[in-house]
Amino acid sequence: MNRLLPLSIGAVAILASATLMLVILPGMQINKQKPAEQLKPYTAQEQAGRDQYVSLGCVYCHSQQPRSGSQTLADAAHGWGRASVGSDYYYDAPHQLGTMRTGPDLLNIGARLPSAEWHLTHLYQPRAIFDWSIMPAYPFLFEAKAAASPEDVVVKLPAAFRPDGKVVVARQEALDLVAYLQSLNRTYAVEGELSSIRDQGFDTRKGENK
Amino acid sequence: MITTGLLLTLSFIGSLAALGILIWAIANRQFSVSQQDAESIFEKGEVGQPDDSTAFDGEKNKEQQVFDAVRSRIDEPGRKVVILMTVVAAVMLLLGTAFGLLASFKLHMPDLLSDSAAMTFGRVRTMHLNLVSYGWLSVAGIGIALWILPRMFHTPLRRPNLAYFGASLWSIGVLAGVVAIGSGWTEGLEWLEIPWEIGLLMAIGGACMAFSLISTARHREVHHIYVTGWYFLAALCWFPILFLIAKIPELHSGVQQATMNWWFAHNVLGLWLTPLGVGAAYYLIPKIIGVPVFSYSLSLLGFWGLALFYSQVGIHHLIGGPVPTWVVTLSVVHSVMMFIPVIAVAINQHGTVLRNLWAFKQSLALRFVSTGAVMYTLASFQGSLEALRSINSVTHFTHYTVGHAHLGAYAFTTMVMFGAFYYMLPLLTRREWPWPRLLAAHYWLVVGGFGIYFFAVSIGGWLQGLGLLEVGHPFADITQSVRPYLEARSVGGTLMTLGHVIFAVHIAALLLGKGLLARSKTEPEAARRPATVEGI
Repeated sequence: MNRLLPLSIGAVAILASATLMLVILPGMQINKQKPAEQLKPYTAQEQAGRDQYVSLGCVYCHSQQPRSGSQTLADAAHGWGRASVGSDYYYDAPHQLGTMRTGPDLLNIGARLPSAEWHLTHLYQPRAIFDWSIMPAYPFLFEAKAAASPEDVVVKLPAAFRPDGKVVVARQEALDLVAYLQSLNRTYAVEGELSSIRDQGFDTRKGENK
Repeated sequence: MITTGLLLTLSFIGSLAALGILIWAIANRQFSVSQQDAESIFEKGEVGQPDDSTAFDGEKNKEQQVFDAVRSRIDEPGRKVVILMTVVAAVMLLLGTAFGLLASFKLHMPDLLSDSAAMTFGRVRTMHLNLVSYGWLSVAGIGIALWILPRMFHTPLRRPNLAYFGASLWSIGVLAGVVAIGSGWTEGLEWLEIPWEIGLLMAIGGACMAFSLISTARHREVHHIYVTGWYFLAALCWFPILFLIAKIPELHSGVQQATMNWWFAHNVLGLWLTPLGVGAAYYLIPKIIGVPVFSYSLSLLGFWGLALFYSQVGIHHLIGGPVPTWVVTLSVVHSVMMFIPVIAVAINQHGTVLRNLWAFKQSLALRFVSTGAVMYTLASFQGSLEALRSINSVTHFTHYTVGHAHLGAYAFTTMVMFGAFYYMLPLLTRREWPWPRLLAAHYWLVVGGFGIYFFAVSIGGWLQGLGLLEVGHPFADITQSVRPYLEARSVGGTLMTLGHVIFAVHIAALLLGKGLLARSKTEPEAARRPATVEGI
């Protein structure tokens, strides 16, 4: 190995083939599919909430990809939903699949916990609901006021977590974020071609015992 | 239509082409290396002479000082940019460490600094990652390459001002990117958070530094490109391609973006940080001990194996996820194949150190580098096993992965960089380290701290993973059972932080002129001698 050119050509060619295999070919296969009819694009408010989710880095503790029953039954038992498939993420950019479950999976949080009240309280102070929770509190998405005006959304809080003599109301950011969380619902059934894009490496064949 | 048949045909054509290139290359002796080439980093008389100013004082003979004088003239044009990179790297390390430590504390003290959005866990953790990967590790790695490559090629750094400009742009880009993340402006993809508009600065800066290095390589005064050069030069080809494809706005979306994301993220480790670390170790280990590596032809296998296999492991981050089965399996297979290049590198690097343990004991620079090299072996073995579906089911989504990431990026790459700075800076500044005993303090603090860190998150993460697989195991129980391990991690992280402060203070002291001038007696005489290498 005495010359630059063969070295760099070899190096670049290998990376090109890796790019073909890991980016281009899966991309072609995935982009061929249209999503299930039940999956709707995010509304403007949901998208604004999604931007909050991205900007606050929720993905670093919450995945959005429930596992299949053939890999573990625990995900479904937690109420996290069926195994997700490629087209469930059709409207997602940036994707928020996540690689960490310091907190629970959120792909179907809108179906599992649909209450906006619950989410507002939980976002303002998670420990007002679960004393064991290690989720950050997001007080900066809220405002403490002496008295709420009629259009304000007041956050329900146990006395111990209420600022002295004040009420906590949600800022627009909190309302958007909650709207996004409520929209997270991929509980519709996927069949046939649509169900094919997921890692089926854990599935057992017919008649095979695991 | 993507069918198995088309894939098979494509890979068949690809293999045929690769085979053709290989035959052509062997016929043209492009790939032939001999054990003698392994000695190309030594001057005459240097083999058998250990070389680390802090460790082997008094073992140098006069002859060697002549060569040092020549080498220091090679260093001269690049000195400014290498020192800039050193300072930037140290500052980025301290900043990155501070954010990492804060993130660690936040995981068991969730109400710590929770009043501002910039200090929320999701942003602090992300600023930590970007500071240590693109600030500390990349800047340290390029800085060391800017110093090693001219020495290896026996020619001064070309276009040093361009490299200096590039280094400044890159550093400003990283800092601006981190500020952007802190203020909530992010691309939202792991390892790719820095907005592309700011990424442009890094791209231009990186290109300037690469241009300077490639120009240096083209003017080389040596017949053979030593193995370190393969890794550094290939990394310089790889990173820009990865970065550009990943950063094109509006191109990627949905689950396709997820495969791109992990193609990129694992290649930042495999084709960027790893070659910088392995390349530096391949130069420093034999150089410090004074003996060539154990088997030079094995290093060919290590290099091309790394390129072939490491480039396709990324999708093991999506095992069990919503991506096509075949691409996951492909990455799992390549992950396991990584045993081959890793064992090749291990035989070469550890074989050389094991036969010269006296040097490991005496030279702390070598001890840092060699510890890092051993950790590369262990991190890679662990990574190969973690990619197996059965093991991944437990470790995926847990702190175990965080432990693995730090075994690679910290115990391996960071340790090699520490050792490289300890070896390089006295030669570059011609001063001895002011307080040599601080090297040992630094070593034991980070080794001890990292030991606690690693075992805490690995055990805690494994338990977390078992809990997540168990039907009916309440999430509250999992969170509570992991908490003590997260606290232990903060203890380890604090020790590591202390080590980093020592490192940074020591560098500051050295650069501010503390520390004895090295070899001051013979220097004027040596400097007057004519250069023995052409072109200087």
